[in-house]
Amino acid sequence: MLLLLLGIIVLHVTVLVLLFISTIVSQWLVNGEHTADLWQNCTSGTIFHCLTSSTNEWLQSVQAMMILSIIFSVLSLFLFFCQLFTLTKGGRFYVTGIFQILAGLCVMSGAAIFTVRHTDWHQASENTSYGFAYILAWLAFPLALASGIIYVILRKRE
Amino acid sequence: AATMSQGSGDLLLLLAALLWAPGPSPTLSIHVYTQREVYGTVGSHVTLSCSFWSTEWISDDISITWHFQAEGSRDSTSIFHYAKGQPYIDDVGTFKERMEWVGNPYRKDGSIVIHNLDYTDNGTFTCDVKNPPDIVGKSSQVTLYVFEKVPTRYGVVLGSIIGGALLLVAVVVAIVYILRSCWLRRQATLQRRLSAMEKGKLQRSAKDASKRSRQAPVLYAMLDHSRSTKAASEKKAKGAPGESRKDKK
Repeated sequence: MLLLLLGIIVLHVTVLVLLFISTIVSQWLVNGEHTADLWQNCTSGTIFHCLTSSTNEWLQSVQAMMILSIIFSVLSLFLFFCQLFTLTKGGRFYVTGIFQILAGLCVMSGAAIFTVRHTDWHQASENTSYGFAYILAWLAFPLALASGIIYVILRKRE
Repeated sequence: AATMSQGSGDLLLLLAALLWAPGPSPTLSIHVYTQREVYGTVGSHVTLSCSFWSTEWISDDISITWHFQAEGSRDSTSIFHYAKGQPYIDDVGTFKERMEWVGNPYRKDGSIVIHNLDYTDNGTFTCDVKNPPDIVGKSSQVTLYVFEKVPTRYGVVLGSIIGGALLLVAVVVAIVYILRSCWLRRQATLQRRLSAMEKGKLQRSAKDASKRSRQAPVLYAMLDHSRSTKAASEKKAKGAPGESRKDKK
């Protein structure tokens, strides 16, 4: 039981770390020395400097989705600890699970919007590829969903 | 009624004047306020608001003037003038038949509306008010930007999405909580009524309790609540101690 509990917490924290990294790190799009993320476009090389991203509506909605997923995931972790101490025996972690699933859905919609719409604010060229932060965002989606479902299925033992 | 409201308005002005007597700055006695920037889309209309504050009474000689300086131009042209209670609107220049006077100097308002905006309207508009003898003061400028589509300011979409989503979640949580508490309350009253009924039956049948004690467990099973069962069984124990002890065995 304790092992299971620990595993769930580790999974949740992993999701949170993935969300934070993918939101903050400037590696959504990579093109040689140019990297772009949700907040700024950077050029490395001899001089490293960054410019803030455009104010495109779709980009803003991606930003909003990522922030929302972080908020929901943090809230879910908080509620998990609350429920751990207040829930009656045999109860399910419905609230925790619902918030974690919401976080998963948010990060999915954010990444999906980015995939479809990133050409709106970023000129696509031949050798532009997605960076690791983008991949981490997509990775966070199934993990968040899985941990949310585990919360819903889970019953409290003691 | 109109004169009366005018009178009370004047009284208010007098009060305001008394309150404001020291004034923000003694050197400038008339202050003109406009927005700094105004955005509009092509074909739409925009209100250029201008308000002012004067130490003096609003005299009949008050004059309001709007100047327009096109973007990249050195010349400033007068496009609107209000004097002696009469507005004079540009009827030859670029704003011909596109401008409307919506202000009221007695309410310290000198606003104008420009209809059917075009890119040539990009530029600076200056509002100047003179309220003789109160003529010392700065004029105020507002810059008009005409866009094909007004750009959303950064953070508007971001903020509205996050705020909307959090508000939605809060509302849903509140609704669920209220429904749950209502349901619990209804359940509790049902419980109370059932147990009261139970109690009455028990008291009535306390004397010939041999049948009762056998029937009781079935009713308690219907209740399906451990606490009330316990309470009821306690009452039962009070009512017929011997029987209930037998029942337990």
